[in-house]
Amino acid sequence: MPERQLITGNEAAAEGAIAGGCRYFFGYPITPQNKIPEYMSAHLPEIGGVYIQAESEVAAINMLYGAAATGAWAMTSSSSPGISLMQEGLSYMIGAELPCVLVNMVRGGPGLGNIAPAQSDYWLATRGAGHGDGRCLTFAPFSVQEIYDLIGQAFPIAQRYRNPVMILADAVLASMREPCVLRERLDPPEEKPAWAVGGRRRGRQRNIVNSLWTDPPVMEEVNLRIQQRYEEAAQNETRWTEHGADAPEILVCAYGISARICQTAIEHAAEAGIACRLIRPISLFPFPTEVIADWAQRVKKVLVVELSMGQFIEDVRLAVEGACPVEFFGRTGGVLVTPEEVAERIIEIA
Amino acid sequence: MRQEVFMAGMGGQGVLLAGQLLAQAALEAGLELSWFPLYSPEVRGGRATCTLVIADGEVGSPVVGQPGSVILMDGIAVDNHLNRVRAGGLAVVNSSLAGDEIKRDDIDLVAIAATDVAVELGSEQATNMVLLGAYVQASGVVEAQAIEDALHRVLPERHHDYIPTNVAALQHGAQLAAEQLQ
Repeated sequence: MPERQLITGNEAAAEGAIAGGCRYFFGYPITPQNKIPEYMSAHLPEIGGVYIQAESEVAAINMLYGAAATGAWAMTSSSSPGISLMQEGLSYMIGAELPCVLVNMVRGGPGLGNIAPAQSDYWLATRGAGHGDGRCLTFAPFSVQEIYDLIGQAFPIAQRYRNPVMILADAVLASMREPCVLRERLDPPEEKPAWAVGGRRRGRQRNIVNSLWTDPPVMEEVNLRIQQRYEEAAQNETRWTEHGADAPEILVCAYGISARICQTAIEHAAEAGIACRLIRPISLFPFPTEVIADWAQRVKKVLVVELSMGQFIEDVRLAVEGACPVEFFGRTGGVLVTPEEVAERIIEIA
Repeated sequence: MRQEVFMAGMGGQGVLLAGQLLAQAALEAGLELSWFPLYSPEVRGGRATCTLVIADGEVGSPVVGQPGSVILMDGIAVDNHLNRVRAGGLAVVNSSLAGDEIKRDDIDLVAIAATDVAVELGSEQATNMVLLGAYVQASGVVEAQAIEDALHRVLPERHHDYIPTNVAALQHGAQLAAEQLQ
């Protein structure tokens, strides 16, 4: 068995990013993700990387814009209120077709809220990214190992689609410790992308990184290019897992920490004689619409479980398209649901 | 095998450290596990809890509503959480800081005056180790030696001076639990 280390989700995010080739980090502290910048500040300089604690989240996202424009593999991390502050910068990065990775360890909100676990930034993550038609490619890990693995993959994905990639987790995943198998650290590619700014060396034409296109048809052209990449991402990056019964009565849909809770909940439900199947989207945008649509034809009901008042449920409903009733169970404001409570809800709707 | 243990006490009592030691011991034993803390923002005097799930296969939910076992380090923890233990489960409670109202007939209840024991051993801060020693004895989830080994891995080098006191506390707790369960 490869050596396993007991690390937190925050440490997994930081080390996974370094192992995946990240060499630049810009951020501003906020609980519950402070271990990420702490880890980066200790370890990036050791390998010739750069860590900068910005004066605010607004500064951090714009530093990220600058670094990304030069072709650097760069990231930031924050928690809900900090991600709100970064929205303008994200929109500009999407408009300028720049790749980056950001981590959102979601906490209870709205407003300054609290430091407890929540999933109430689903819309912010999958619909947000500021103004305009852009979105973040969004992935939701559900274990420390998966945080480590996914963030490593997020850097090449961001480069491929020239778009910000968000890793969406929560305060439980951030602070929990689980065994994690670490890989060897990879270096980012030496060759910079063709679009990166870097002066007019060797007489080449200069590159311009910009999101200001005053001529509407030109701006539309940029938008169509971005949408084309989202379609490609839907083909290549749509990910989910399935657990549980092959002939279910109830289809349970949950992501991230809620999906972990549901894994145990559907076992409790099975003991009570109710067969459930759990679909856990790993990619939230692109969303695994087809698999949910397919199962919705074959079950009595769908139950959506999330730590919010009902955001993720909208994507599930769009996938189900009225094929069967979609029920909801969730808590918000930093309150967790337990497997026992989810099982009770399953029994109630069955 | 799937064992859940929920630990609670006041901030500064070492609730999280006790959980981390048990987690480290489970890791070394080749088991799967998930440990997560929930605590209030105060540095001292807030509430601290952690949940540890240990399994020989997939851990599933790290969040547990009705845990199979608990370690409760003060009276507030007993008031809030003793009734959550699943029937047939195990509770290890610190009777030094909890009243006489510690009652559950449907679980194994190990009540130890852990703070008094720790003070006798020379450090009130070893209260958590007395309770952890008792828990390991009563649950058998890992070997007692594995917790002693974990102290070396989990404690920063500058605190290794405290290891002998901690080991003595673990052993005292184990002995008291063994006597109660006889």
